Amino acid sequence: MIKEYNNVKGLEGPLMIVKGVEGIKYGELADVELHDGSIRRGQVLETSEDTALIQLFESSQGISTERSRVRFLGKGMTIPVSREMLGRIFNGVGEPIDDSGAIIPEMFIDINGAPINPYSRNFPSEFIQTGVSAIDGLLTLVRGQKLPIFSGSGLPHAQLAAQIARQSRTLGEKEEFAVVFAAMGITFEEANFFIDDLRKTGAIERAVMYINLANDPVIERIAIPRVALTTAEYLAFQLDMHVLVILTDMTNYCEALREISAARKEVPGRRGYPGYMYTDLSTIYERAGRIKGKKGSITQFPILTMPEDDKTHPIPDLTGYITEGQIFLSRDIYRKGILPPINVLPSLSRLMQKGIGKGKTREDHADVANQLFAAYAKGVEARELAVVLGEAALTPIDRVYVEFADEFEQKFINQGFGENRSIEETLNIGWKLLKILPRTELKRVRNEYIEKYLGKE
Amino acid sequence: MAGKIIKVSGPLVIAKDLTNPMMYEVVKVGEIGLFGEIIGLNGDEASIQVYEQTEGVGPGEPVINLGTQLSVELGPGLIGQIYDGIQRPLDIISNRHGDFIPRGIDEPSISHEKKWDFTATSQPGETVSGGDRLGYVEETEIVRHWVLVPPDVAGTITELDSGSYTVDETIGKIKDEFGEIHELKLSHRWPVRIGRPYQRKINPNFPLITGQRVLDTFFPLAKGGTACVPGPFGSGKTVVQHQLAKWADADIIVYVGCGERGNEMTDVLLEFPELKDPKTGKPLMERTILIANTSNMPVAAREASVFTGITLAEYYRDMGYNVALMADSTSRWAEAMREISGRLEEMPGEEGYPAYLASRIAEFYERAGLVIPLGSEEEASLSVIGAVSPPGGDLSDPVVQATLREVRVFWGLDAKLAYARHFPAINWLNSYSLYADIMNDYYEKEVSRDWIRNRGHALRILQEEAELEEIVRLVGIDALSPRDRLTLEVARSIREDFLHQNAFHEVDTYTSLKKQFLMLQAILLFHRLALESIEAGISLDLILENEVREEIARMKYHPEDEIDKIEAVQDKIIKAFDEIRTRRASA
Repeated sequence: MIKEYNNVKGLEGPLMIVKGVEGIKYGELADVELHDGSIRRGQVLETSEDTALIQLFESSQGISTERSRVRFLGKGMTIPVSREMLGRIFNGVGEPIDDSGAIIPEMFIDINGAPINPYSRNFPSEFIQTGVSAIDGLLTLVRGQKLPIFSGSGLPHAQLAAQIARQSRTLGEKEEFAVVFAAMGITFEEANFFIDDLRKTGAIERAVMYINLANDPVIERIAIPRVALTTAEYLAFQLDMHVLVILTDMTNYCEALREISAARKEVPGRRGYPGYMYTDLSTIYERAGRIKGKKGSITQFPILTMPEDDKTHPIPDLTGYITEGQIFLSRDIYRKGILPPINVLPSLSRLMQKGIGKGKTREDHADVANQLFAAYAKGVEARELAVVLGEAALTPIDRVYVEFADEFEQKFINQGFGENRSIEETLNIGWKLLKILPRTELKRVRNEYIEKYLGKE
Repeated sequence: MAGKIIKVSGPLVIAKDLTNPMMYEVVKVGEIGLFGEIIGLNGDEASIQVYEQTEGVGPGEPVINLGTQLSVELGPGLIGQIYDGIQRPLDIISNRHGDFIPRGIDEPSISHEKKWDFTATSQPGETVSGGDRLGYVEETEIVRHWVLVPPDVAGTITELDSGSYTVDETIGKIKDEFGEIHELKLSHRWPVRIGRPYQRKINPNFPLITGQRVLDTFFPLAKGGTACVPGPFGSGKTVVQHQLAKWADADIIVYVGCGERGNEMTDVLLEFPELKDPKTGKPLMERTILIANTSNMPVAAREASVFTGITLAEYYRDMGYNVALMADSTSRWAEAMREISGRLEEMPGEEGYPAYLASRIAEFYERAGLVIPLGSEEEASLSVIGAVSPPGGDLSDPVVQATLREVRVFWGLDAKLAYARHFPAINWLNSYSLYADIMNDYYEKEVSRDWIRNRGHALRILQEEAELEEIVRLVGIDALSPRDRLTLEVARSIREDFLHQNAFHEVDTYTSLKKQFLMLQAILLFHRLALESIEAGISLDLILENEVREEIARMKYHPEDEIDKIEAVQDKIIKAFDEIRTRRASA
C-alpha cells in the first residue's frame, strides 16, 4: 500500500520529519521526490499518530520542505536475489554497477533477516584449509565460523584476506563454493585490489561483490553488510553453497553507525559510539553459521583496522566479544618482514577444538598447537627479558626458547602471500621446530605422539 | 477492549486506552501479536518494551493486555529444554516454524499433552501450606520432580490422587481457612521478577565442587554462594562457565546464555546429551535447563532472560535440590537495560547505564543462597555464577564494580595468561574467595586436615614468585640465591603441573578433590625435600635435573580410577631425594 504526502515539516542532517501522515509502519521505506523529480530513499525511524521520522539513505542536500513529496512504500528494505548474481558487482543497496544490466530476481528478501534459532544450528566442525600455517595450525578455521582479522592502517590485511579467499578449501569431496565480498567505505584502490585479485585467479565467477567506496553515501554503509549477508544466506541455505563472506572494513561501518546515531541525537556510549553497537554488530556477525539439515554454510571474515592499533577500542572490543576468535596482525612482526604478520599469541580460534584431530586434520594437531603456543609465548617473554638485561642474563633453557621463538617466526609464520601449505606440511614444520626444545619441556604433548612424530622426519 | 498504538520507536511502543494496565503486565502488540511488557504508565498512555523486532508495526494497531505479569510456567517437562529469554521453547519453535525465529509466535513452555505418573505422598485431610510436598513425578532418570503446594496456598487437602495427569488436569483440591477451594495441578505460573519465598537463609558452609583445580583448591565457591568471572574477550569465560555446567556437583544446572554467541549454545545442546554426569553416569542434559537468548535475538527478551533463568532455578531449589545457575554474560544483560533505558529517555548514570543498574544487579545475586525452603527442614541451595565482559577487560567498568559489591568469589581472568595458553586463565594473584576459610571443617572431614594449609602454602609460593620476578627483571636470575631459584621452579610447577588444566583433555577436564589434594601435596613435598637438600649443600641443578619432576608433570593425566599412581608419586619423590643424597655421600 503506497501512501503519498507533501507535508515535510523539518529536515536535520539525514533526518526528515513528515506531519499529517496516517498508518505509517515502523521500518518501512519511503521515497522522497525532489522538486526536480529526482528520488532519494529513506526509512521510517519513528512513527506516531500523525508524524513520521524518516532517515534518508543519502544526503539531504538540496531537499526543500516546501516542494518535496514523500511516498511511503508500505514495505521494509528488500533485495532481489538470483543465481545470476555470481560474478556481478553491486552498490550498497543491491543495484548492479558493472554495466551488465539488472538481474532477473528469483525472489525478494528482507535484508534484516531473522535470527537463526540456536536449536536449529549445527555446530561448525568442518576444517577449512586456508593454506596459511599460522591459521591452519594454530587458529584453525571451520565452516560456519566468524573469524575477524584485527589489523591496523598500513598492514597487509587485504592481501591476507585475498589469499584466504583464493586458497580456502575443505578436505574431502568437491562442493560448491562462493565468495560474497562487501566493501564498506574503503578506497577505490583497495576495492580494485580485491576485484583484480579475484579476476586474475578466475575466482570472480564464484563471487558476488558489493562496493561502497569512501565517498559513497554513509547510510548505504549501514545497509551493505546486511545486503551481503542476505545474499549469502540465499546462496547458502537455498542453493546449498559454502559461502565465505569478507566484510571490509568494519571500522568504517562503525564510524557510519556513530555518525547516524549522533544525527539522531541519541545518548552516546563509549567514545561516542551508540550504546546499542554490540547488539547491532551481533545482528551482522551472528548471521554466520550452519543449519541442521542444510548443506550450505556461511563463514565470515570481517576485517577491521584498529584505531591506533588499540584492541581495547570499542570496535575491536565489541567485535571480539561476538566473533569466534580473532586474528591479530602485528606491526612489529610486519617490520621484521614476516608475511603474513600474524601475532598468534593474542589471536584465537574458539571453534578450533571441534575442527581438528583424528579424521579431520591429524591426531596430534591439538597437542602440537598447544605446545607451539606455550613455547612461543615463553620464547617471546625471554626475548623481552634479554632486551632489558642482555642475553647473558638468560638461563640456558631461556636461550633455547629464544632460539625457538625466532625460528618459529621465520619458518612457521613466515610464508608469504603466495605459498599454499597443506595441513600435513604445517604440522610437520611444527614438529621440526619442537625438536629445538629438550624433550622434558614438551609437557603439552602426549608421550605417544612424541614417540610417533618427533623422531621421524 | 483493546488499546491502540500511538507511537513506535524500535523496541519501545507507546499505547493508549488499555483496560486497567499495570506495571510489568504482559501485552500483545500489533496485528501480529508481538510479546511485550508494560514498563511505564503515564496518564492513559503505557510504555511497552517489546520482546521482538517491531518492523512493520505502526500507530493504530491494537494492543491487548493479558492481565498477568511476565511469568514462567513451572512444572514437569522443564529439564532438558532450551528456551528463549521469555521461556518459549526453541526446539518446538524450530520444528513448527523453521530454522529462523519468526515473530509473534506463541508456544506453550511445557507440554500440555504429555501425561505424567504422579505419586501422591500426602493424603486428604492433611493440613498443608506453601511448599509442602504433595507427591512427585519422575521427570528424568535422575530428577524426581516434587509437586509442592504453591507458595501462596494453605489449607486442608480435600482430594489428592495418584495417577496419570497432564499438567492442566486437577490432581487434588485444598480448602483454605476461608472455605475457598484451590485446585491443585502439576504446574503453576510465577512472575519472574519476584523471588520465590523460602523459610530462611543460612550461611553457606560447604563447597560446590567443580573439578577445576584452580577453583576448588584456591578459590572455592560454596553451595548457595555467588561468584563472578570477569575477563576480556578470548580469556576463556565461556569455557569456565561450560566446565562448571558440566562438572559442578549440583543436582540441577540452569545455563543462561544471555546475549552471547549462537554457536556456543549449540555446542552445549549437542555436547551435553553426550556427556555423562560423573556422579550418576547419566547424560548431563537430564539435569540441565538452557536459556538461550543470543546476541542477535531481541534485546528486551535478553533483559528478561536472567530473571526467567533464576525463577526456574528457584523452583527446583524449593524441591530441596542444590541448583547452580550460570549467566553468560551479565554485561549483555546490563547493556540491554541500558538500551531500553535510553529509549525511555531516562537520566543516565555512569557510562550511560541507568542509575538503577547496581540495585538490579543486587536484586539478581541476592536470589542466590543456602536456604531452608518452605515446607522442609532440609537445606537447599541456589548458587549463581555470573560472567562479566568488561570493555577492554577494564575492571573499573560499572557492571564489574556493581557486581563485585555483591559477590563473594572473584575469578579474575587474565588476557596475558590466556595468550600463553595457560587455561583456565584465572589470575591467582587478584582472584579471591571469601568462602575458603569458612569451609575448613568440610575439607578437614572430607579430604584432609592439611587442605587449608597446603592451599595457603601454595598461594604464598606464587606470591613470592611474583615478587622474585620483579627482581629477576631488574638484575637477572643469577642474582638469586638457590633457595629463591627453587621457589621460582616450584611456582612454575604449581602453575604448569597443577593450575593449568586442559578442558578438552578426556582425563584432565575433571579432577576430584582427593586427586587435587594429592597433586598439590606431591609438589609441596618436592619443595620441602629440595629445600632440605639445598641446606645440606646439594646443588640446585642436580635437584632440578631429577627425572621425578616428569612424574609430577604427568600426575594430571592419571585417571581417577588410577589414583594410586598419584599416591605413589610421593614415594617416588622421597626415593629420588634419598638417591641424590646417597650419590652425593658416595661421591
